[in-house]
Amino acid sequence: MRSRLLSIALALSAVLGAPSLAADPLQYTLTIKDHVFAPTDLEVPAGQKFELRVVNQDKTAEEFESKDLHREKIIPGGGAITLVLGPLRPGSYEFFGEFNPKTARGKIIAR
Amino acid sequence: MLAIAIIVLREVLEASLIIGIVLAASLGVVGRGAWIGGGVIGGLAGAGAVALFAAAISDAFSGTGQELLNAGVLILAVAMLAWHNIWMARHANEVTREANALGKAVATGQRPLIALGLVVGSAVLREGSETVLFVYGVATSSSETPIEMILGGILGIAGGAALGVALYMGLLRIPVRRLFAVTGWMVLFLAAGLASQAANFLVQADLLPALGQDIWDTSFLLSETSIPGRILHTLIGYAARPQGIQVLAFIATLAAIGLPMWLIVRPSDNRGRTHGTRQDGKLAYKG
Repeated sequence: MRSRLLSIALALSAVLGAPSLAADPLQYTLTIKDHVFAPTDLEVPAGQKFELRVVNQDKTAEEFESKDLHREKIIPGGGAITLVLGPLRPGSYEFFGEFNPKTARGKIIAR
Repeated sequence: MLAIAIIVLREVLEASLIIGIVLAASLGVVGRGAWIGGGVIGGLAGAGAVALFAAAISDAFSGTGQELLNAGVLILAVAMLAWHNIWMARHANEVTREANALGKAVATGQRPLIALGLVVGSAVLREGSETVLFVYGVATSSSETPIEMILGGILGIAGGAALGVALYMGLLRIPVRRLFAVTGWMVLFLAAGLASQAANFLVQADLLPALGQDIWDTSFLLSETSIPGRILHTLIGYAARPQGIQVLAFIATLAAIGLPMWLIVRPSDNRGRTHGTRQDGKLAYKG
């Protein structure tokens, strides 16, 4: 029973996983520390889907917000979130931390 | 302090305006205070729980827990608003009579109060949990003194509440006979706007296609982050830069609630008309 489930799971992951592995998902990471994003300017390739991981090293929650990217998501204190973004047209996409909008600012630059 | 007040105000605003609309829509209905108050209290309790378990929720469903929770709560609210409006259309006769009675200061009537309670609860839950997380964050960081923080928070909540009260008082100036027609329209647009927000969260969870990033861009005219922008965002679903799917969700919701409202014959509308056998037929179905 267990091995059967396992083989089904393996088969499924082969089917579902293969294309995304072939596409080699791009991953980028932003870090929040002392209510500041690092890096503040993140370069990504235009026209490609990618994952953006936002790691919050502060003890307090932050909200990643971007009107340009249509995203808003809470990052718990000491936690991390992943956003699936793109494909983006070439350009600059601003984001900010809604809870600390003065200090927590940055942009994604798609080239 | 002012920065805190503005952030809190932005968070509280939507819930406050929704409470204002719901209060006006249920004017004169016995027991509305208990249901709406219950919705606020339930929403606050839920907001506390969501804030407390923010990390667990965020990690749930392979990292899309927040989006699914937000979308779920929004869709529940849309469904309850739809129920309210369709109920109102079906009971137009009683509601008109009730409104006339209200004019004579007789408070009677009924309404699907549970729907309105849930609408209020869901609004308070969504906006409240963010407020709790924000205020907690400010409280534990040292950049603001406790007094500044408390004053900012109170100012923000008071400002948000004042706008909700202003909306309610404004609606009360409408002759009671017409009030429920106005609140019906407001509920319709409120529901469509919330559906558009839900669609946005489902795109963010990678469950729906965006169908185009910026269908239009009116952020130079009215930014969605400004207070007037936020007010219109809640009241009529204003979006400065909507994604295609948001526009679609908005229109689909308008149609899904609006069409049944129009199709259900309202007998009071027919009384003045001498023609229209089709309407008579539907009247028989209703009666």
